[in-house]
Amino acid sequence: MPKLKAVYQTLLNKWYAVIAHRFFWPFFLIAGLLFSIAASSFDLIDLYVQLILIYVGINIILTISLNLINGYMGEFSIGHAGFMAIGAYIASLLTVNIFPPSAINFLFPVAVLAGGLGAALIGLLVAVPSFKTRGDYLAIVTLAFGMIVKSGIENIEAIGGPRGFLGMEKLTTLPWVFFWTVLSVWVIRNLVYSNFGRGVLSIREDEIASDLMSVNTRQVKVIVFVVSSFFAGIAGGLFAHALQYINPRMFDILKSTDILIMVYLGGIASIAGSIIGAVIYTILLEVLRPLGIWRMVFMPLMLVLLMIYRPRGIMGLREARLFVPLRDLLAVKFWKQKKKEADDAPA
Amino acid sequence: MPLLEIRNLTHRFEGLCAVSDFNFTLASNELVGIIGPNGAGKTTVFNLITGVYRATEGSIYFTGNELVGRTPHQITKLGIARTFQNIRLFKELTVLDNVRIARYGQAIYSPMEALLHIGRYNAEEKRITDHAMELLSIFKLDDAANERSKNLPYGLQRKLEIARALATDPQLLLLDEPAAGMNPNEIKQLMEFIGWIRKTFQVTIILIEHQMRLVMGICERLMVLDFGATIAEGLPAQIQNNVKVMEAYLGKELVK
Repeated sequence: MPKLKAVYQTLLNKWYAVIAHRFFWPFFLIAGLLFSIAASSFDLIDLYVQLILIYVGINIILTISLNLINGYMGEFSIGHAGFMAIGAYIASLLTVNIFPPSAINFLFPVAVLAGGLGAALIGLLVAVPSFKTRGDYLAIVTLAFGMIVKSGIENIEAIGGPRGFLGMEKLTTLPWVFFWTVLSVWVIRNLVYSNFGRGVLSIREDEIASDLMSVNTRQVKVIVFVVSSFFAGIAGGLFAHALQYINPRMFDILKSTDILIMVYLGGIASIAGSIIGAVIYTILLEVLRPLGIWRMVFMPLMLVLLMIYRPRGIMGLREARLFVPLRDLLAVKFWKQKKKEADDAPA
Repeated sequence: MPLLEIRNLTHRFEGLCAVSDFNFTLASNELVGIIGPNGAGKTTVFNLITGVYRATEGSIYFTGNELVGRTPHQITKLGIARTFQNIRLFKELTVLDNVRIARYGQAIYSPMEALLHIGRYNAEEKRITDHAMELLSIFKLDDAANERSKNLPYGLQRKLEIARALATDPQLLLLDEPAAGMNPNEIKQLMEFIGWIRKTFQVTIILIEHQMRLVMGICERLMVLDFGATIAEGLPAQIQNNVKVMEAYLGKELVK
């Protein structure tokens, strides 16, 4: 056994050396992009597998953005599917009714971005009044918000009402999903490892102490909520153009619950956890498809067991080194090195 | 101009008068103690000064600025920092992050720069981290900088809380029962420590305390509260022999 442990340690150190190399990220990104382009244009992998990979990417975006509110900030939002719906409908309306069909391929990112911005704007409108008071009102406000969005869309005949909306081309391809997933992971990681991110964490730990340590808690909460809604909107736009059909029931409370499960499965306040949670959940749902209705027994059972044995999720409150900026990872080491140099200089 | 001036401060919780007609003036570089039995309203005074509660009546001036009506983070930015009776560190975060969070008000970059890690982000982060590490090394906590703060021993947690408060660059430091849970030997060390902080960081200090030994030893002036009212004020030696104070602490019968 000790030998096995030593092997593991060497491998781990090797891995740390690899990810610390300055070409690691550029290499990974270029390789990932090339692979996704090749896979989708030459049909290297099965279309069904491609679709699952697309869902994995979309779910990563949803999970990581909800984790910002529920994990990092410690508030409880249950209306994430509502923001997704707004993004999905805005992007679909743009590509089907407004943008010229000839240029649709180039304008698709604009449509997705518009969906994200629309969701962010609505997020701002929800956040400003709900963060006026302290406490657990957010859960109720977002629950109501999700219902309002769903019944709102059901009652607008112009966008299909309860029948849904169709006519989108299959514009969500693997490279685009890869691009948006990487972007959202990167941006949210940046936010977490910044002054605002530390403010977010301190709100979770102790809101009053945080306010007394000069953190503008209300501003931080609004920023986080808006960023989170933005990425939910992006995911919605991608989802609509992957499925080519949307209806209001797809974005009900069950969808929000799905995202919550992925967050708590992977682990709160962790980027690596969000990715793991989204990947495991999405793939398990597909693998267990033969079980039919029993799938819906198995999944909650898994959740119950998880909550008993690992209440904070697989990676709860821990982060893989991969996602920690070197500046933060080695902050203490850098500082000590510099101090030692300064001390040695006069001698 | 006094550093802090409190006039006719009154605070009621649904009819219960926690602080009534509190008047207080504090000059720069003073070290004043507020004492009183449990429930006398000492911590409420701190909560009113720092904006956690909004005073029912009265006004608080700090370097000429009215504090009543401002939010806690605005007040902290003006230069008032505090610690808590029961330690309130950010437990799951590292020692370094605890201190860096207190530099929130001093960091200058926009949310956009934070999202993309561009512009002023790099320089500002370096400045914040260096400042936090300097502060930690002054407190001899730099070796524990990567520890989660909940893993520190009790004494170091108290120390870290003071370091975190000082990271906001305060002119006025409010210490809420810093000696809670300490033995006489540790209290002696704490007395020296508070004196050292006062000298090193040039801060004015208000101290809430139960431990008579501590307040009598280091405070230049004392206020005694009981049921929200100020019952005595003066030099430690005067307070020691004040009949009203003895009554408040021991009960009327015993004093007779």
